[in-house]
Amino acid sequence: MNIHYPGGPAVTPVKQITIVIDGEEVSVPEGSTILTACNAAGKDIPTLCYGDTLTPKNACRVCMVELKGSRVLVPSCSRKVQPDMVVMTDTDRVRHSRRLVLELLDSSVDLSTTPRIPEWKERYNVDSDRYGKRASESLTRDVHDPGEHHAGNGDVAATMCQPIKIDNDLYVRDYSKCILCYKCVDACGTQWQNSFAIQIAGRGFDSQISTEFAAELPESACVFCGNCVEVCPTGALSFKSEHDMRVAGTWDESQQTETTTVCTYCGVGCNLNLHVQDNQIVKVTSPHDHSVGHGNLCIKGRFGFQHVQNRKEDGGS
Amino acid sequence: MDLKFSNAEPFADERDAVDRLLGAGDGGWHGGQRDEEDHRRAHSGHAARSQRHLVMEALHAVNDRVGWISPGALNYIGRRLSVAPADVYSVATFYALFSTNVRPKRIVHVCTDIACMARGSKEICAGLEKQLGPASATNGWKHSPCLGVCERAPAAMAVEAGDPPHEHLIGPATVDEIVLALNEGPAALAAEAPPVMAVPQAGQEGLMLLKRVGQVDPESIDDYLTTNGYAGLRRAFDMSPGEVISEVKESRLMGRGGAAFPAGVKWESTAKQPATPRYLVCNADESEPGTFKDRAILEGDPFALIESMTIAGYGIGAERGYIYLRGEYPRAYRMLRNAIEKARERGFLGADILGKGWSFELEIRRGAGAYICGEETAIFNSIEGYRGEPRSKPPFPFEAGLFGKPTVVNNVETLCNVPLIMQMGGAEYARIGTEGSTGPKLFCVSGNLVLPGVYEVPFGATLGDILKLAGGVPEGRKLQAVLLGGAAGGFVRADELDIPLTFEGARANNTTLGSGVVLAFDDTVDLPGILLRIARFFRDESCGQCVPCRVGTVRQEEALLRIAHNRHDAASKGRDVGILRDVGLAMKDSSICGLGQAAWNAVESAIDRLGVLRESR
Repeated sequence: MNIHYPGGPAVTPVKQITIVIDGEEVSVPEGSTILTACNAAGKDIPTLCYGDTLTPKNACRVCMVELKGSRVLVPSCSRKVQPDMVVMTDTDRVRHSRRLVLELLDSSVDLSTTPRIPEWKERYNVDSDRYGKRASESLTRDVHDPGEHHAGNGDVAATMCQPIKIDNDLYVRDYSKCILCYKCVDACGTQWQNSFAIQIAGRGFDSQISTEFAAELPESACVFCGNCVEVCPTGALSFKSEHDMRVAGTWDESQQTETTTVCTYCGVGCNLNLHVQDNQIVKVTSPHDHSVGHGNLCIKGRFGFQHVQNRKEDGGS
Repeated sequence: MDLKFSNAEPFADERDAVDRLLGAGDGGWHGGQRDEEDHRRAHSGHAARSQRHLVMEALHAVNDRVGWISPGALNYIGRRLSVAPADVYSVATFYALFSTNVRPKRIVHVCTDIACMARGSKEICAGLEKQLGPASATNGWKHSPCLGVCERAPAAMAVEAGDPPHEHLIGPATVDEIVLALNEGPAALAAEAPPVMAVPQAGQEGLMLLKRVGQVDPESIDDYLTTNGYAGLRRAFDMSPGEVISEVKESRLMGRGGAAFPAGVKWESTAKQPATPRYLVCNADESEPGTFKDRAILEGDPFALIESMTIAGYGIGAERGYIYLRGEYPRAYRMLRNAIEKARERGFLGADILGKGWSFELEIRRGAGAYICGEETAIFNSIEGYRGEPRSKPPFPFEAGLFGKPTVVNNVETLCNVPLIMQMGGAEYARIGTEGSTGPKLFCVSGNLVLPGVYEVPFGATLGDILKLAGGVPEGRKLQAVLLGGAAGGFVRADELDIPLTFEGARANNTTLGSGVVLAFDDTVDLPGILLRIARFFRDESCGQCVPCRVGTVRQEEALLRIAHNRHDAASKGRDVGILRDVGLAMKDSSICGLGQAAWNAVESAIDRLGVLRESR
């Protein structure tokens, strides 16, 4: 709203809250999370389901820290600071929990395109092979029978492994890589796009991000804004262009440049980050800290770049 | 709202089932006839969105009528309630009693949970496999988690979709009865055993919570009134709401659902919240394996709960209460519906109760096969029409509960102590039981015992006392172990019968009362098999929201399966017990809610206390 109230509420200074993290005092504005305080204190807390543009879902539990007086560990991404909290970020309990969360994920999900996983696996001594051979591809993950499962004999470790979903030209869904962090659901729902094309279907380990009755995206409410791709932390959702290049073995981030520009389709003024490899735009992201779009784009800004690089030798004019 | 639906249309009976719940749709936007005007109107805003809480009831309406939820029915529900089809689908696929796959109208859910395992469910399943083929919806029968009929184990629930649907709890079930229910419908079965069958003590002097069970007609409000019914409410109305809370605080009533939180403190902190409206939720989603005490009350003395909730509503200043009843309790549902109707007719519910100038309404919401919905915040999501996923705490229910408002959630048994407290006074009530555990307590006693059932004793009885009440293990058998508190509880040994079954006694002995489950296993029971069933239960019932529980419960079951299959390989068993401990600790420390945090309790106690995976092999 563009209403200005002359003499409206004055800006009151935000109270600073001081807490102790690993023995050192840290002050952050009231309403901050423990994660914010940890970052301010220079701690490197791993996160997966945390998104800087989304309400914390605290589903992945990799950012857990020990809070004095709490029976269980607490998720630093969502727990707000309170005066005199005493937080420990690297105790045996914390390390055990992070190690196990990473092991459980790594043994059930393909984390090969998730940033920083190798580093964290080393830091927390992750041994995800101890759960046994990973189960092969399942063709029935989109059929839901909540409360039931086929228990084998424990010889293979259950996984998310399933066929990749390619049902449109813009982005692909490789749910073998999905950690069920809910970020795409939140981006598609009330937090950003309000399209409500996808939700979690099924229950427990058999849960799956899905449209109604697993309908293909073009049949669903999807508007192809790609804001789910923007927030996906594991590469389960990716540009079709990126996917094709990965399959062809030509995807090479070290050869890519990023150029920020303003989208030319309308007057809103969303910023685009053009990822360019070999003089071709290979994907488009958007800066999360930009005041207009907060990382969100529409189908045109996100995917409508092909005309920029149609060249004469390709038959264009 | 601007929602996109597929072209699938509902069948006539699906449309009718939904319309009967919601009334006919009043235009194209709501699934009714499209006319020109529809295209120029937009239905949006709060009015359209405020119906989300009816999603579960609408899914029930279709599932009960047709047996499953087709894409057309799903669309119709979404249109009528302004909810996206993907959202409706996500709710429908969360609950085990709903099906989004076509299936026959008749289904029998055969309980294979621990209490029934101890009493022959395996043999029943073997017999059914022979006659009907393996368990699957298409073959007409499915395995089920605990149905809450443990005193009559092995149990089953026969369901026939239709108008009206038939639901029937069978116990003790036989292969023949299950086949009969499938071939001729549940109506062909002999009548369900009366509620009194769950209460061996029925009619005895001195019962407080169970005094009416079997002694009065549970459908008659007159019977209720002549047995001191509504004396508690009258007494409460003589006091101010604040005084009612003081009495409950003075009684030191602790929650009976498992967490043992002081009820008075919960009420007081809710009543103090400035935000209104406040809500009262009765947790009747009794799904902890081995728990059936609430069913005994709901079926045998339903008015007691209505009165209790009215008092609680008055105390905390709530004008609306919800009873969240598990979907597997068809008779309790009928009894409660009748009781609410009768109470409303007589002026005990609704506007201006007993001329006090205070109004209170009660609604029943049925679960649909999800243990997790008994968690105190998952229950809110389910009532609001969402997947039953627990919320992150804080904020706690007293600050932001149902519909984001201050809410008290109490278990059925907890609430049913309230009329007693009103009549006796909190101080007098607190004299019953022990210092740390006041009042009478119901125990769900089942397994290999002569007289399983719900038993009421004042707090202070030992485990041995309770087992003795239930007649002990059958002659010629030996007690092997007892599971206290259900699947989320812990095992104790047969030589620990002097453990006092009080909150403090259980704590001192490093175990838990949980929901009051006392499940005895004699020497014929394969305990590692019971552990596997518990692990299977948690894997099936995990909501899937957080990683430690979603994947941890899977790895726990896999490790137990490996141990069962490589029983002679000590080295690999050692590795697997190590995995169990590692995963268990992470689940306990880092899961969002109590389900994940307790998912390893029973297995841990079986290893450490019983030595099951060490010595018995």
